[in-house]
Amino acid sequence: MIPPLIVQTAIENGINLIAITDHNASDNVTAVIKAAEHEDLTVLPGMELQTQEDVHVLCLFDTMDQLDELQTLVNINLPDIKNNIDVFGEQFIVDQSGEFVGRNEQLLITATRLSFEQTFQVVTNLGGLFIPAHVNRQVFGLITHLGFVPPDLAIDALEISRHITPEEARKEFPQINAYRLIQSGDVHFLDDFLGVNQFLIEKPTISELKRAFRDEADRKFSIQSHF
Amino acid sequence: MQLSEIIQQLDLKVLTEPQDFSEISVNSGYCSDLLSCVMTGAEPNGVWITLMAHGNIVAVAALLDLAAIIITEDAQPDPDTIEKANEKGINLLSTSVPNFTVVGQLWELGLRATQE
Repeated sequence: MIPPLIVQTAIENGINLIAITDHNASDNVTAVIKAAEHEDLTVLPGMELQTQEDVHVLCLFDTMDQLDELQTLVNINLPDIKNNIDVFGEQFIVDQSGEFVGRNEQLLITATRLSFEQTFQVVTNLGGLFIPAHVNRQVFGLITHLGFVPPDLAIDALEISRHITPEEARKEFPQINAYRLIQSGDVHFLDDFLGVNQFLIEKPTISELKRAFRDEADRKFSIQSHF
Repeated sequence: MQLSEIIQQLDLKVLTEPQDFSEISVNSGYCSDLLSCVMTGAEPNGVWITLMAHGNIVAVAALLDLAAIIITEDAQPDPDTIEKANEKGINLLSTSVPNFTVVGQLWELGLRATQE
């Protein structure tokens, strides 16, 4: 997916806030931010980090500096294995128009040595938003791997996959009942955009998103059903 | 089978507070690293073999009344997890070898998957 098409497709879907969350990587985030510069679309820098327990978590930030700090930590916590292009495919880095810039040689598809708790602490201390991804999924989902949400962490929201309604998810997994749920498309292809998360906030920042999850000061959050 | 026999034969390191392990009887074994599977698959008084060292393992073991957790490949639970295990009376045991080897050793000792 090249940056201008991501931006264009998001806008066509009526979306005005997205986050770029590549797997353990952030090489392409700046390109998308630049591609959206003159558009009515905010792009938050992020990452889908795979913890030591094979749980995928979304780490969202306001600035590239915050994300770069997380990336530095991720890099030293990935195993020293090169990507095998034949098996796992290319890991291209592109510029804002989608032109080839280089390849990320590190194997990204695997787990970091960062635990779920460590990741939560690091992301929170950096001022980011920590959202366990597709928690209902059998593979790389929090519920399968860890059974339930570790109770001692102030987690703002959990993400459910596109294949289930929030009501079904809560019924099937009562252990997520105490948490706000977001729903995203896990967009790997342009057809995957969902755009069902609705925030009533002052500006598209991490602190405003957090306030919306907590229903603070007239901020609101809801999921509009796509079924 | 006594837990003391398992600890001795497999040369396991005891991470939680030591106690009289000959008093603890182990009836079955279960091996998985997915906690949701363990919650539905392991049996009371069983021993659970896993390389998952996350704190949630203690709650799962307490829920199922397991005799012990054998944590493999030197995966290290954090101090909070060990403390929680002591509070709940869950025995955490550690080894450097992988799940496969531990399961093989337990099988040779005569332990089986389900309580007979």
